[in-house]
Amino acid sequence: MYEFLTGYMFWLSIGICLIGLLVQFVLYFKGLSWQLDRVAYKQYPALGFKGAARSIIRWMIPFGTYGWRKQPFMTVIFFGFHIGAVLVPIFLLAHNTFLKEKIGFSLFTLNPTLADILTWAVVVSAILFAIRRIALPEVRILTTAYDYFILLISAAPFITGLIARYQFGDYTFWLTVHIFCGEVLLIAIPFTKLSHIALFFASRAQLGMDYGIKRGGMKGKGMAW
Amino acid sequence: MPEGTLCNKKPIDTDEDLKTLLNDTGGKKYYKEMKALDVDSGLLWNTIKNTCKSRMKTWLKICAHCGMCANSCFLYLINDCDPKQVPAYKIQSTLGEIIKKKGEVDNDFMHMAMETAWAKCTCCNRCGMYCPHGIDMGIMFGYLRGLLYAQGFVPWELKIGAGMHRVYRAQMDVTDTDFTETFEWMIEEYEEDYPGLTVSIDKEGADIMYTVNAREVKHYPEDLAEAAILFHLAGENWTVPSSGWEQTSLSMFAGDWAACKMQVEHVYAAMERLKPKRMIGTECGHAHRATVIEGPYWAGRKDGKPPVESIHYVEWVAEALRTGKLKIDPAKRIKEPVTLQDSCNYVRNHGLKDATREIISYIVEPGYFVEMTPNREHNYCCGGGGGFNGIGLYRPQRNKALITKRDQILSTKAKLVIAPCHNCWDAIRDLEEEFKIGIKWSFLKPLLISMVEVPEHLKPKE
Repeated sequence: MYEFLTGYMFWLSIGICLIGLLVQFVLYFKGLSWQLDRVAYKQYPALGFKGAARSIIRWMIPFGTYGWRKQPFMTVIFFGFHIGAVLVPIFLLAHNTFLKEKIGFSLFTLNPTLADILTWAVVVSAILFAIRRIALPEVRILTTAYDYFILLISAAPFITGLIARYQFGDYTFWLTVHIFCGEVLLIAIPFTKLSHIALFFASRAQLGMDYGIKRGGMKGKGMAW
Repeated sequence: MPEGTLCNKKPIDTDEDLKTLLNDTGGKKYYKEMKALDVDSGLLWNTIKNTCKSRMKTWLKICAHCGMCANSCFLYLINDCDPKQVPAYKIQSTLGEIIKKKGEVDNDFMHMAMETAWAKCTCCNRCGMYCPHGIDMGIMFGYLRGLLYAQGFVPWELKIGAGMHRVYRAQMDVTDTDFTETFEWMIEEYEEDYPGLTVSIDKEGADIMYTVNAREVKHYPEDLAEAAILFHLAGENWTVPSSGWEQTSLSMFAGDWAACKMQVEHVYAAMERLKPKRMIGTECGHAHRATVIEGPYWAGRKDGKPPVESIHYVEWVAEALRTGKLKIDPAKRIKEPVTLQDSCNYVRNHGLKDATREIISYIVEPGYFVEMTPNREHNYCCGGGGGFNGIGLYRPQRNKALITKRDQILSTKAKLVIAPCHNCWDAIRDLEEEFKIGIKWSFLKPLLISMVEVPEHLKPKE
């Protein structure tokens, strides 16, 4: 099982994830229509680019927007989740040792203590996300089983990763489960709401272009996100 | 009954049909017929397949159901944080459901969707600024309105409004003759006070072509005179078109996109005919949105711009004050607590937040201007935007919505609210009538006239 998951399935899941996201990203922009969206995207590339960049960058800074500042609890758990969810899988020492053995190439690696902290932050934030979904009426009304499913498959590799890392129970078993969960997540990404990994940038860029080109960008200062 | 005689899927294209519908006071029969109106699911689904593309599909798909949009919506806040007022819920439970069901929805559903689209969203676009994914639910509600309009599920007043644009190329039954005669009459009324005051109709190559809101012609003709006086005092070379003078678009509120196109092309034709250097529209938010921001796209203009440079009235006033074309008598500046209503349509949606504040710096004595909280792009809708003001069926909901603005104004302790937008002006008038908080409200024009210096050579001879 371990060989299967780290061999054929490793390449397949990474491939599906990356190609899937790329396809989603390209299709998104191909599908934009200046007339239906009422934004002259191609006429003003510089304004569009500036608007898109501002719209993306401001929202990637914790407390960088009015929206983030209005909801500090959400901001903390949002970034607590996403920073770890992006950095740990890519820069974890163990992952890079695996990569080095597999393809003879590895990336910069995180300090193990920092990696532990970030992983715990992901798990704790995921739990708080779930509690928030139950506790707040304005979130509860929107929440479906699908949202919990997405949260579960997103958090599972981190939870199982921690179990393996602290060697609770049978290490080999939990390591296998961890890899399995990671690959399930990778495969699910392009086909579910998790495609927001790419489409977040696309959608934010679109609204940024809208404001940058049509809704005030030509008047000077740009939207105060 | 699939199609009613008054409530049906056909747009109003004749004066006779308009009058018939207008005679149905309050839309009594119209709404009764709506209860039996069939949904053309095939049409609904085909329209969605052809027009709901990448941007909107993605918005609906990636919404994380995080609820961060809730607090951005003034209607959510003012309705005791009712979860059914969460913007994401409102759009997912209407447009989202229609798409999920491939258009197979029934009459009851369409009634619910109509109320949601016109009484639970003013298309102020504030939620889009608070969504991490940049999902602009105001835009989606605009789209939903179009789908509902095509099915005949549209508030009575807006069916009439869209019909007015189709028949009169104006939001009211004001003809081109009514317009020019009213303008000339108003000039006559004021020419003694302002010698040389005149209006050039259809002058080619003028520096400014001025466009208005038909309500001014019908209900507030002094506004036309005030515009003329200010252009006159500023020494502007200006004109009005005898046809194509109406800048507003109730068809935009109704979701009648074909009528939007007819209306805006009519104004653009006037621009092309008269070839002015610039077009300046009156103090109206949605008119600016319709003619300057959205209009070019309805008209299929790839550059997203009207045929000539088109600016909002506040931009012209700011420029006239800055360049000294209009000079304010410092002794006559406003010396009481005053606040400013930022219109969603040209502040949030066209970046004109600084123009109005520049004007304030000239016309208000320092220390008397108090900002609302929040303000600029983040300001709340007046409470009556997107057509909400005009829909009798949803008047109780609209009156509740006004409370947000009432409280914003109250906390500034201002006695005067400057509202350079017809819709905001109406909403603030209505909130004063409803809640009697003891405020005055005003467009810029009368304020400017009360304090502008009249150049010596333009003063009346004793």
